[in-house]
Amino acid sequence: MLKILTRDLNFYYGQFKALQNINLEIQANTVTALIGPSGCGKSTYLRTLNRMNDLIEGARVEGEILIENRNIYDKTWDVNDLRKKVGMVFQKPTPFPKSIFENVAYGLRVNGEHNKKKIHETVERSLQQAALWDEVKDNLKKNALGLSGGQQQRLCIARTIAVEPDVILMDEPTSALDPISSAQIEDLVLALKENFTIVIVTHNMQQARRVSDKTAFFFLGQIEEFANTQTLFENPVSERTTNYIRGKFG
Amino acid sequence: MARTRIGEKLIEGFIYLSGTTTTIVVLLIVLFLFKEGLGLFASTPLEEGYVLAIHPQNPLKTLDEASIKKIFNKEISEWAALGWKDGGKIKPFLPSNIEKTFEAKTLGQDFENLKPMMTAYFEANPALLVAMPGRYVDDKFPKLKLSNISLGDFLGGKDWFPTSQPIHSFGILSIILGTIWISVGALLLAIPMGVIAAIYLAEIARPTLRALVMPFIELLAGIPSVIYGFFGLVVIVPIIQQTFNLAVGETALAGSILLGIIALPTIITIGIDAIQSVPRELKEASLALGANHWQTIYKVVLPYAISGIVSAAILGVGRTVGETMAVLMVTGNAAQIPNSFLMPVRAITATVAAELGEAPQGGIHYKALFMLACILFVFTFFMNLLAEWVVSKRERK
Repeated sequence: MLKILTRDLNFYYGQFKALQNINLEIQANTVTALIGPSGCGKSTYLRTLNRMNDLIEGARVEGEILIENRNIYDKTWDVNDLRKKVGMVFQKPTPFPKSIFENVAYGLRVNGEHNKKKIHETVERSLQQAALWDEVKDNLKKNALGLSGGQQQRLCIARTIAVEPDVILMDEPTSALDPISSAQIEDLVLALKENFTIVIVTHNMQQARRVSDKTAFFFLGQIEEFANTQTLFENPVSERTTNYIRGKFG
Repeated sequence: MARTRIGEKLIEGFIYLSGTTTTIVVLLIVLFLFKEGLGLFASTPLEEGYVLAIHPQNPLKTLDEASIKKIFNKEISEWAALGWKDGGKIKPFLPSNIEKTFEAKTLGQDFENLKPMMTAYFEANPALLVAMPGRYVDDKFPKLKLSNISLGDFLGGKDWFPTSQPIHSFGILSIILGTIWISVGALLLAIPMGVIAAIYLAEIARPTLRALVMPFIELLAGIPSVIYGFFGLVVIVPIIQQTFNLAVGETALAGSILLGIIALPTIITIGIDAIQSVPRELKEASLALGANHWQTIYKVVLPYAISGIVSAAILGVGRTVGETMAVLMVTGNAAQIPNSFLMPVRAITATVAAELGEAPQGGIHYKALFMLACILFVFTFFMNLLAEWVVSKRERK
C-alpha cells in the first residue's frame, strides 16, 4: 500500500535550493533508507515529511507530499496533528529532563489525554515495543537523563510510538551510539516495521543494507537513484551511486 | 620550542600570581569589613570619651540603659521613679548646660577652670546626672556603667539615632525592613515582567525584532544608577504623589518601581540566555510529538531553563538589594518601620552612603555603619547560597 507520495518537491532555504524535483513513493510497513553524502538534502527531505522545516526562517516548499492521498502542506492540516501522525527520532537522543515515565507520557499529555489508566497502559506498551521495558520498569520515576545513550534513544523511540503515529522518521538515530546500542536500535527498526512505516536517514551503508527494504541515494539535492536496497547496493545503475557505496566519496 | 616554553611558564606564573592576589584581596576586604563592624559590639552606646556620673550620695549604683535614655528624653524626671525616694527631680547635665550654668568668662580660654567648677557644682547638687567628657569629671564621683551594644539591640532596635546626645541609638530594624520592602516590591514587579519579556524575546519575537531590541536592553543595564535615580525623582515620584494624593512622593513604592526597572535588563538578558541554551533538538522533539509552541515553551523550555531563570532572578535581587544611588534619591530615607508601600523608607545602602561621610573614622557611628554593611554582605551571601541550593537541588532531580 502506498503511504507517502512525494511529487515534484522543491525546497528552498532562502535563495538556496536544497531539494530539486524530488519524486518518491514510500510503501506502508516498509523501511526506506535515505543515504548520500553530507549536505545532499536527505535530512532536509526527511524534515519536510513532518513539516519540521516550517520552523526555519525563510524556508519554502513547492510541490506536494501526499500521505494517504492527502497533501500535508494543505491548509486544512493542523501541523500538530500531522506531527502526531508522523513521528520523529533525532540524531542525538533527546530525552526531556523529566522522569522516564513522563517522557513517554509527554506526547499523550500534550495531545489532551488525561485518563491515567490509559496513559499507564500506553507508556508500558510503548516501552515494551521499544524493547526498553525490562530495563526500566522498576525505575520509571527516575530521571531519563540517567539512562545510557542507547537506552535514551530507545526511550525516544518509545516516546514517539506512544502517540501512535503511522510513520516514524529517523534522522541518523544511531550515529551517536556505540555498536551494541546501534545493533539494538537496528533490531528495533526491523521489529517496528510491522506496525509503522519507517524512513531512516543514515550515513552507515551497512546499516542501510541491514534494515531497509528500499534505498534512495541523494546527491546535490536530487534523488540520484531509488531502488530495492539489494538492487541498489549490488547493481547500482548510476556511476555516482556506485562510487558512493564503494566509499570513493562521502 | 624553548622560547614558547618560557612564554608559557611566564603566562602560567602571571595567572597564578594574579589569581592568588585577587582571591586574597577579596577575602581581605570581607575580613576588614567584619573587623571594623564587629568593633561596634565592644562599645557602649555612650558618646565616645564621655562618662555618666552621679553624686556619691546617690544610692543607685547602676542604671540600665533604657532608664538612662528615658532620663535624657525627659520621660523620667524623678529619681523616685528609679528607686531613690529622696532624690527629688533628676537634673541631667550635658555639655550644652555649661553655658547656662556657668559664666562663659570664668571658664578660661581652654576650659581649664571647668573641672573644678564642675566638681563644686556637682557636690552642691546631688540630683545631677552628669554626661560629660571624662576629663571634666572628678574621679570622686561614681560612674555609671553601661553595657556594650548587643547584636539583639542592633538588629531588633527600632530607633536609628546615631548622633543623638549623649546616648546613641543603633537599632536597624527599620532599615532592614526598609530594604526588604523595597526589594520585595521591586522583585514582584521585575521577575514576572522580566521572565515574560525573556520568553517573548527568546521564543516568540521575530529574530529581526530581537536583534533590534536586545542592544537597547543591554544598554539599559549599563546606565549609571544616578541617572535612573534622577528619572525616578522627576517622573515616578511626582506621579506617585499625585496618584495617591500623598504629602511626599518619595516612598517605598517609588524605590520598588525604580529598582524593578533597574533589575529588568539583568533578568531579561540572563533569562534569554537561559532560554536560548535549551537545545534546539529538545524543542524539536517536543514539536515532533505534536505539542504546539506554547506547550513546548511551558513543558520543555521553561523547566529546562528554570535554573538559569532562578539565577537571573537572584542576580536581580542582588542588584536591587545592593543598589544605592537610585534608592537614596527616591525613597525619602526616613528610618521608620514601614507598614505600607506609600511610606518613606530607608535602605541599608542608602544609610551607609549618606552617613559614612559624616561619621568620624573609628567612632561608634562609623562602626555601626560598617556593621550595617556586614549585614548587607551576609544578606546577599545567603541569597547566593540559596540560589546555588535551589539550582543544585533542581539539577539533582
